[in-house]
Amino acid sequence: MEGELHQIWVYLSTTPLLGLTLTLCAYVLGYYLYRKCRFNPLVNPVLIAVLVLVSLLIASDTPYSRYFEGAQFVHFMLGPATVALAVPLYRQFHHVRRSATAVVVALVFGSLTAVLSAVGIAWLLGASRATLLSMAPKSVTTPVAMGIAEQIGGLPSLTAVLVILSGITGAVLGTYTLNLVRVKDWRARGIAMGIAAHGIGTARAFTVNEVAGAFSSLAMGLNALATAILVPILMVLLN
Amino acid sequence: MIESLTLLLVCQLAGEAIARASGVPFPGPVIGMAILFIGLMIRGSVPEPLQHTTRSILDHLSLLFVPAGVGVMIYLPLVADEWLPIASAIIIGTLVTMAATAWVMNLFLKPSGDSGEQPEKPK
Repeated sequence: MEGELHQIWVYLSTTPLLGLTLTLCAYVLGYYLYRKCRFNPLVNPVLIAVLVLVSLLIASDTPYSRYFEGAQFVHFMLGPATVALAVPLYRQFHHVRRSATAVVVALVFGSLTAVLSAVGIAWLLGASRATLLSMAPKSVTTPVAMGIAEQIGGLPSLTAVLVILSGITGAVLGTYTLNLVRVKDWRARGIAMGIAAHGIGTARAFTVNEVAGAFSSLAMGLNALATAILVPILMVLLN
Repeated sequence: MIESLTLLLVCQLAGEAIARASGVPFPGPVIGMAILFIGLMIRGSVPEPLQHTTRSILDHLSLLFVPAGVGVMIYLPLVADEWLPIASAIIIGTLVTMAATAWVMNLFLKPSGDSGEQPEKPK
């Protein structure tokens, strides 16, 4: 009997189906709890799903590469989902047009703050040069952030980790931070979320308000552009 | 549904092609988003099926970050040696950026009737 179960496990663990199904199950569980807690930002579904899956992979001694054979199908959808952000952006464009000046000012300011605060704090606490360079683009959406890190001599894989951790931090603690500075306008809240916490922050913004979600998508896209231009310039200035 | 999904993929593919051809290190999907946006501007409205499909994808945008999030696991040792500067920079840096950006944006915004004024309560 035990031998048979082991056979089934050996078979299933080598098919992509298992990784894919586990990803969806873990997310459904996370989302269920998120909804149960009336979308409390602390009960973030990404965070819950990741913790569940990492525990499972460690417990079953499964390498990430094998898990990803199945999970890649979910990961792949990030591309079309990014394209899909054009729709809410289009629907809210009248808001964007009216607040264009504020968007541009917030973008330049936010982009600089994101880079300088991260690098500055890490430098003060004695981080190595490789870490500092990998840290610079941490608030930018993953593919652009990895590209910037590579260009300036950081470690792209470390940057990917820092990006995800920043996104989760923003999605989980952003609501409280924005309440603390008493900014109530959905446009400003969305822009701040998109600049500081890219896609993961944007996902959170959409569950709260469509205006915030649209502004967050816009900020995420523009911040990728702004940071890709700013970081190499800052590198020249600082050296 | 299937037409909308096809449209999204076509925009992404066009975006990837432009990124490659121009040599600009910018992700194809973001260029694809700009292409779809321009298309919607020209058309002047969002087709109902596209609205429906994008809504259902974006409702669970969070799901799509899970596989990459699990990937953090393998690189955790990279972070372990310098956990204090890294954790501080991420948490403080991200929250300071968010607060400062929202505050500056708010300063430059003209009040608008329908985009806020109700505080988002931490539920």
